[in-house]
Amino acid sequence: MTVVTDLAPATETEVAAILSECHARRRPVRILGGGTRVENRTLGEPLSLSRLSGVVTYSPGEMTLIARPGTPLPQILAMLAAENQTLAFEPPDMRAILGRSGTPTLGGMVAANAGGPRRILAGACRDHLLGVRFVDGQGRILKNGGRVMKNVTGLDLSKLLAGSHGTLGVLTEVALKTLPLSPARTTLAFPGVDDTTALRIFTAALSTPYDVSGAAHVGGTAYLRIEGLDGQRAYRRDRLLALLAEYRPEVVDDAPWDAIRDVTHFVGGGPLWRILCRPTDAPGLCAGLRAMGGDCSLDWGGGLIWYRGPGHPRALAPHATLIRRADAVGPAFPPLPGAVARIQDGLRRSFDPAGILNPGLMASDATGA
Amino acid sequence: MTIAMPAPDAQVIAQRPQIVAALRAVLPADAVIDDPHETRAYECDALTAYRCPPLAVVLPRTTAEVAAAMRVSHGLGVPVVPRGAGTSLAGGALPTADCVILGTMRLNAFLDIDLANRYVRVQSGVTNLSVSAELEPLGFFYAPDPSSQLACTIAGNIAMNSGGAHCLKYGVTTNNLLGATVVLTTGEIIELGGPEPGPAGLDLLGVLCGSEGQLGVVTEATLRILPRPEGARPVLIGFDSPEVAGECVANIIRSGVLPVAIEYMDEPCLRAVESFAKAGYPDCPAVLIVEVEGSKAEIDDQIARIRAIADALNPVEFRESRNADESLAIWKGRKSAFGAMGRLGDYICLDGTVPVGQLPHTLRRIGELSRQHGLEVANVFHAGDGNMHPLILFDANTPGDLARAEAFGADILRLCVEVGGCLTGEHGVGVEKRDLMGDQYDPDDLAIQMQVKDVFDPGWLLNPAKVFPLEASAAHRAHTAPLAAAE
Repeated sequence: MTVVTDLAPATETEVAAILSECHARRRPVRILGGGTRVENRTLGEPLSLSRLSGVVTYSPGEMTLIARPGTPLPQILAMLAAENQTLAFEPPDMRAILGRSGTPTLGGMVAANAGGPRRILAGACRDHLLGVRFVDGQGRILKNGGRVMKNVTGLDLSKLLAGSHGTLGVLTEVALKTLPLSPARTTLAFPGVDDTTALRIFTAALSTPYDVSGAAHVGGTAYLRIEGLDGQRAYRRDRLLALLAEYRPEVVDDAPWDAIRDVTHFVGGGPLWRILCRPTDAPGLCAGLRAMGGDCSLDWGGGLIWYRGPGHPRALAPHATLIRRADAVGPAFPPLPGAVARIQDGLRRSFDPAGILNPGLMASDATGA
Repeated sequence: MTIAMPAPDAQVIAQRPQIVAALRAVLPADAVIDDPHETRAYECDALTAYRCPPLAVVLPRTTAEVAAAMRVSHGLGVPVVPRGAGTSLAGGALPTADCVILGTMRLNAFLDIDLANRYVRVQSGVTNLSVSAELEPLGFFYAPDPSSQLACTIAGNIAMNSGGAHCLKYGVTTNNLLGATVVLTTGEIIELGGPEPGPAGLDLLGVLCGSEGQLGVVTEATLRILPRPEGARPVLIGFDSPEVAGECVANIIRSGVLPVAIEYMDEPCLRAVESFAKAGYPDCPAVLIVEVEGSKAEIDDQIARIRAIADALNPVEFRESRNADESLAIWKGRKSAFGAMGRLGDYICLDGTVPVGQLPHTLRRIGELSRQHGLEVANVFHAGDGNMHPLILFDANTPGDLARAEAFGADILRLCVEVGGCLTGEHGVGVEKRDLMGDQYDPDDLAIQMQVKDVFDPGWLLNPAKVFPLEASAAHRAHTAPLAAAE
């Protein structure tokens, strides 16, 4: 029997050979894209996808990109920008808050279902994922979905793979929908507002048809982003200025949307939690979280709270996910209700019967990382 | 009849009185139907060539009643076929003789309208159109708009991941579904997703949406709602070749303008529509209808860009709507296309998707196949996303004609897969495309999908004989069922 010595496959076939052997020997692997995202929380030998890299097809006229998982994200975004297109869900760069080096990759982005401020308008990565090729925990080469925008042929496993953090399979190719890049953006800033006022501003703005593509509250300032063609932007800006005049908005040209996306205001300084909630619950949750001794910011119109600080946010928000551990204890992913946990565990056993793919990660019991 | 259905389970049919009695014991009297005259109303959906009356029908009004019916069926080993409004063109709700039809039509309550958080919570049997109708006075709408929206239910939309004409901008059901209450085959009730933007663990809602009733029955849904646009305006563009129309579509998409809809109609379809609806369309080989949204100035700006793109390709006509009546006139022909085709005879409506760049080639090949099979075909479809709806005309009274039309349809769908597309863009696999799944997926690709079904529905009681080819599912079950029983 051959011994696997090099866990840096350059082809899908090599990924399959490695995983089939690891399955037979029940040897766990820890899947690495650019190593920028998930902290070292799981056991197993590192399986690097950095060599499984490159664009397979990019068709701007079809708004379709197919590429391998190890392809660096900056390279992809630059290629798309040259055609005035982008990944509309605005994938964040987590290096600063996780204190990591390396380069973000396409595969890591899909595995984490990463998405930035434009989530409120454009959806998450999973909403732009057209299809996947992957290798499961037995070494089977599998595909699901395809490269077209409308496809209901069979079960949609791409959605399961997006956000599965490598626990169901190793991605070997992903197909994504690309969208036109907005030629410019305009931001309305509302300095000196609290969480409750910020939420009022968001609710009013997101109830308009002006395609607000960012609604965040950081450091006491609320921000609204408007994109679109030149005429559209000016018109929408003026309408929103009039609608929200009582909150004294300012038009700013250099608003920190990349910093908001990457949560750089919470670099360093203790555990960092990500909390998804019903937007109108955000001010109340933030009050409770601040009382624990930390600080909060809002994105996605209030649907996403970032909390940096001590304490146990799950006491207030059962859905809280621990993004940066620091000195926090307990599982990173929130516990799931019994029947849902049973289905998730069943799916993991189907895709990975020997439990070799990122074991412990995303686990539904208290032992999970 | 060329699509085979499995022989019904004689033991289940023999137990019919006990099954009906057990259902009556847990459901209100009017919620269980077993009179053969009445169950006949459920013998088919919109794929009317295939019919089979079910063993019984249940029409629950609450999640608890659905759960009770599922517990009974599970306990007695009776297959359950969930059914919304029965508008499936793919036979997604086709009964078997040994099944209980679980209809969602009485699950029709609006539970919550939350404008501040931009969602509605409904029971799953409400119709698609009633959701937007309810929201209209409030300034909001629900984006997916399948053409059956007057009748089809949210339950059916979720089962089939329905799209519509406007999904180029707004996405399909899966992009607008936030949460669901689901009854599992055992009768257990689970909540997936919710008003918060994203799942806590794996995206189970994502795999449930579009699973064609294979994994569970959705009884309530939380839907994302959007503020209504200030206005919308269509333009009609005629071209003297399908290829140039296809090029125009690709150039619009590339330009950065994102219309809400780009619809395509070819010559046979235009002829039928003209004689039926008198929409006043130009007499040419290909017509595009492109609709944009926004304020008046935004619309003017976008249409100017589209006009510049179209003018570069020498259109036969570029007609911009100047008022609401003209907008209606432009949409009139498109909206009456299926009715117009129906006047010409029987037809099969296909639903493959191809990459947009492959549209001209695909249309040419469909023309060749039409001559080969000796059957007429008309094309009317969502061009912006490559979702084609070829309509194959045949005569149901001519022996063998249906089989010929089905063979032609299968060739078109194989063509869609061959050029990089898929078998179905929005109608679902059902029984209609079940036996073609092997053309798109390898055995292992199908195996992993069936393993997902195993997790949700270990006894394979939900919506039998759909989605997976019968031989593939039988072989899979022969292998896995004994293992499951041993656990």
